[in-house]
Formats: sequence, structure tokens, C-alpha cells
Amino acid sequence: MFHWLEKHPFFFAVGVFVTIAFAGLIEIVPNFAQASQPVIGTKPYTTLELAGRHVYIKNSCNACHSQLVRPFKAETDRYGDYSLSGEYAFDRPFLWGSKRTGPDLLRVGNYRTTDWHENHMKDPASVVPGSIMPAYTWLYTNEADIDTAYAEQVTVKNVFSVPYNTPLPMKDGSKETVALADTLEGAQASALEEAKLVVADMKSKDIQDAVAAGKIPEIVALIAYMNSLK
Amino acid sequence: MENRPLEYDYTVAKMFMLTTVLLGIVGMLVGVILAWELAFPAVNTFLGQGAAEYTNFSRLRPLHTDAVIFGFTLSGVFSTWYYVGQRVLKVSMAESKFLMILGKTHFWLYLVGVVAVVVSLLMGVTTSKEYAEFEWPIDIAIVIVWVLWGVSIFGLIGMRREKSLYISVWYYIATFLGIAMLYVFNNMEIPTYFASGGIGAWWHSVSAYAGTNDALVQWWYGHNAVAFGFTVPIVAMIYYFLPKESGQAVFSYKLSLLSFWGLMFVYLWAGGHHLLFSTVPDWMQTMGSVFSIVLILPSWGSAINMLLTMKGEWQQVASSPLIKFMVLASTFYMFSTLEGPIQAIKSVNAIAHFTDWIVGHVHDGVLGWVAFMIMASLFHMAPRVFKREIYSKSLMNTQFWIQTLGVVLYFTSMWIAGITQGMMWRAHDEFGNLAYSFIDTVTVLHPYYTIRAVGGTLYLIGMFLFAWNMYKTMTAGRRVEENELQNASPMAA
Repeated sequence: MFHWLEKHPFFFAVGVFVTIAFAGLIEIVPNFAQASQPVIGTKPYTTLELAGRHVYIKNSCNACHSQLVRPFKAETDRYGDYSLSGEYAFDRPFLWGSKRTGPDLLRVGNYRTTDWHENHMKDPASVVPGSIMPAYTWLYTNEADIDTAYAEQVTVKNVFSVPYNTPLPMKDGSKETVALADTLEGAQASALEEAKLVVADMKSKDIQDAVAAGKIPEIVALIAYMNSLK
Repeated sequence: MENRPLEYDYTVAKMFMLTTVLLGIVGMLVGVILAWELAFPAVNTFLGQGAAEYTNFSRLRPLHTDAVIFGFTLSGVFSTWYYVGQRVLKVSMAESKFLMILGKTHFWLYLVGVVAVVVSLLMGVTTSKEYAEFEWPIDIAIVIVWVLWGVSIFGLIGMRREKSLYISVWYYIATFLGIAMLYVFNNMEIPTYFASGGIGAWWHSVSAYAGTNDALVQWWYGHNAVAFGFTVPIVAMIYYFLPKESGQAVFSYKLSLLSFWGLMFVYLWAGGHHLLFSTVPDWMQTMGSVFSIVLILPSWGSAINMLLTMKGEWQQVASSPLIKFMVLASTFYMFSTLEGPIQAIKSVNAIAHFTDWIVGHVHDGVLGWVAFMIMASLFHMAPRVFKREIYSKSLMNTQFWIQTLGVVLYFTSMWIAGITQGMMWRAHDEFGNLAYSFIDTVTVLHPYYTIRAVGGTLYLIGMFLFAWNMYKTMTAGRRVEENELQNASPMAA
């Protein structure tokens, strides 16, 4: 059979393809629908948080920081509850990372503050002596891309039925709704309102002035995202 | 006319040889910068504060991996295909105008893709998925480049005089099919600009999969991009170049059959070992773990087949630096394909995952196996495509030892770093509290990061020697006749 295949390239190629495609089908397909169901307490990202997530991705924070707490005592002691599949239901893409040059960030919102991030991103070693993380000074001057974040929200709402404007069950039994504006202008305005809440806890005069003038520096969006990680 | 030997046309092979060398240097240079940045964070601003956004570790990291995978390695795969393909199928590219134009288009479009990748990654335009960072416009370009290569493979096969496909061709076909399938499915994404009616950045897209599913598809891809980029086509190379250079017949046809079909069947299952203890279903994790162990069989099958091909001719290892490169590559392949399965065992993975041991594993595979084999292939091809003797044998020997030392420093330091950090993360004191804060587990790595950076720098120096030797071969090597090119490559002292 193999000798015959080696003389018939078409059938050889078909044989190879079937052999390699087989595993993917069996491994990926069966649990596909189940794995993407959100758990209670999981909600979609707001416009500003999503813009912050884009800043996180733009700077490849995931090259050094994971967002996956494994079910070991050492990890739950250090980072909090271990990860559940449904917590990631609105993560497109997933940001688990593959290397922890720095600590896991899945629940960083539980134990770091806006103030801490503001100082840390400007000069990591001043907050964590011995840190090898570089300073991310440009985050304080670049503006966050709110428009693209809104475009992504509209896309996932329309295409993947992500539940914006829908009351969602929270862990304490209450319901919360993540609003999505009907227009780009509406989204920009609500992102700015959110930014003002973040900036209220920040010290930098320049950042406060920028937000007061209607601009949203990348650092503000990034901190909004960090604070949402719980 | 009929009895004249075939004149193979190496135009396209030569073009890709050039990008192999250039992108190899670029990718490894960026890697060395990254290594020094981890050892000495001040290096992050080596071009000053103003350029810090483009020189810091996180922005450069995807550029390093992608330049080495899609730049250096793929160029090597393409250049060897355009060389080996003609020879084992007994047809010349010159026989078909269509294939010639196609090959050149393949090269130039590939080059455009490379430039687009470099620019977009430096700008921070990325999907964040490892080795699939490119946004949708580049994805489309990559698919076109890949299809062009596929047409070239099957076009050449369609014209072949040798009816039976040689082992190397099996592996090239598998590379083409495997990457095509993986790349398309992992990069399913929706451009937000069009889906939202023209809002925001036009190049931005959102993944078609969410959370755990996205992770599963990504590592099914990520692991097998390694399989079909770093293993399958490199095995294609060694099956052609080692027997050719040594003048020995392949040890066992049956072993090559078993290894090929075994590798095809087993490799895809193993992707789950990147997701052990994550939120993907347990049974997938176990499958990933088990199949990773099974994977030793077909991997070692190829490697042993190659080493036994040298049976009775081991003196060539001492006398020829070219054989040295290939035998060491084969050895590193065995080493790396044993190390990987060990790391895929759940209890080992609990320590190794997220640490530098994984980085070490990738590098003993890529530096020791992939890069050594690609460079050996180019050394073998150079005298035949340029009709000149290799410029310097002693330079080759020097390069070999410098780079071998570099690899050894690299993986030993990363072993120690990875296991040290993994153990410290989980250490508890007598009261059951964590024994170390995270930063303790970072500062302790400084000496190992420094040793790794030295190892990487040595390897890069070897790359420059390689580039110089190739350049001098091309321009100043002694001209040789066809009869000097039968087996062992001619090289000047």
C-alpha cells in the first residue's frame, strides 16, 4: 500500500491530510459549545476596559504575564481562586500566556490599586525593588483607541451574541447590566465618564488634565482593564 | 541532446538562501537583545527613551519568535525545497516557465509579507496569539504565499520523471498540508471595521473563538506549528542531505515509513500538553500528555535512522564539519524529543510550565536541531548552486564549536533557572505560608539570565561567521567542476 501511495501523490496527500486532521476533530469538537458558557459573575468588557485590553495586547503584556491560575495550593495562595472555564467566556482572544516572567494577573484587580499601577507602570523598580520589568512611559502620552474597542464590542454583540444591555446574574445574587451605546459618540462619552472614575484615584496632574480635556491616555484604559480582572 | 544530464535551475533556491541568512541574523539578533534585557533591564532603552516603545522586551518578543520561525526557518524550508524538489523528482524548474514565474512570485510576495510583519509587530499591531500574531490582512497574504508554494510543489510533482516520491518529498507535502490546515483554523477572525460598519482601525480583528476554546485551538496550532515548521520539513532536509553528503544509503526504508506515518498520526494529539492544569477538559489534557510520550517513537525513529545511516562511516564526523553539523542536529533532535515528553508528564509540567525550562527546551530544539540542520543544508547546497568550493573549512569548524558551546550554555542555564523558579513558586514554610514573594523568584535568576545571554551571543557570532563564509563562497570560492560535486562537498582549508 505504501509503495503504491508513494507513486500516487494525490492519494498520498489525501492520506496525510486525513491522518493529521483526525486528532483535531476528536479533541476540539466535542466540548466546544460547553466550554464557552459564562459562569455566574462573568460579564462582558466595557468600552474603556476593552480599550485597555487592547493596550495590554499591543504591548504583549501576555509575553511575561499569565492569566491562568492552576489548581495548586501554591497558586491559590498567591493569586486567589483557580480559573474556571466560564470565566473566560468573553475573552477574545484568550490571554493565558505561556510564561511567567512576572506574576499571574488573572485576579490582579483584587489586590492592586489604580494608584499602584500608575506608579508601577512608570517605574516598576520603584514599586517592586529588583523588578526586571521595563518602564512603560509611552502609555502616559499615547491615546487609547476607543473607536476600535467600540467596533469590537459591536462586532461581538452582533456576531457572537455577547450579552450587552442584558441583566446578568452576579455572585451576590444581584443583577448587573453592561451598557453598550447605540452610537460611536455615545460610546466615547461613556468611556470618558469611566475614565474620570479611574483618574479620580490617580496622582499625575498631566493625566487628570488630559481626561478633563476629553482625552483618554492608554494608561487610564489599561488600569480600567487591570481593575476589572477579579 | 537526450543524453545530456539535467541542468537544474536554482534561481529561486538562491533567493531564499539569501533570506535564510539575513532573517536568521535578524531573528537571532533580536533574541540576543531580549536575553540581555532580561539580564540587565537597562538594555530595554538601548536606543534611548524616545525609542523605548519599540525596543522594550514585550514589543520585541513576538518579532524574535516570528523572525526565527517564519523568517529564518521557512526561508530555509523554501530554499531547500527549490533545491531538493528538482533533484529528487528529476525535473528542472527551467522546464516550466509557469513554475519559474510562480517561484519568483512566491519569493517576492513572501518578502512583502516579511516587511509587513516586521512593521506591524513593531507598531504593536498583534492578535496576541503566539506565532499567529498577524492581523487579518497579513494572514491573507500568508495564505496566498502558502498556496503559491503548494502549487509549486504539486506542479513539480506533476512534471516528475522519477515516479516514486522520495522520503523528503513526503515530509515537504506534509509540511504544506499541515501548516495550511492549522493556520487557517487558528486564524479564524472577524475584521471589526467591516462588521461594525466602518468604525475604528481597519486592520483590527476579533478571534472567532472565546476563552478556553480559543486556547485549545491556539495550542493545537502552536504545538503543531512547531511540528510542521520545526520538525517535519527539517526531517525532509536531513533525509536528503545526510545521505547525499556522506555517500551512505538511508539505513532503513521501513523505519522511515514507520516514523513518517507515526509522526503524522501522533503529533496532532500532543497539543494538549500546553494546557495541563488549565480549564480545558481533563480528558484532553490526559490525551495530550499520553500522546506526547508516544511521540518519542516516531521522533527517535527518524533520528536513529539518520544516525545509523552513518554506520561504518563515523570517521566522517571527525573529518567533515558539514557532517558534524548534521550528526549533532540529529542528536539534538533526539535530546529535544525526549525532553519535551518529559515536560509533558503532568507532575513534571506542574513545575516546568510558565518557567524558563520551557524556553530552554524550545531553544535546544531550534538552535541545536533546526538551525544546525538548515545551515548544514545551505553549506551542502552552496558549492552546487554557485559552482564554487566552500570558502573555509576551518571557519566552519570554528562556527560549529562556538555555536555548540552557545547552545549548551543556553539550555543548561535555562534548566537551572526553570527548575529553581518552579520549586520556589511552590515552596511553603513551616506554617504553610508561601516561602517566597514573586520578586524573590525573579532576582534569583539573574546569573542564569546572564549565562543565557552569553550563550545566545556566542550563537549569534556563529551566525555572522556562517554569513561571511557563505558570502565568500559565493564570491571568492574556487570554481569547481560537476565531478567534484558527487558526495562530500568540496571545501578549502
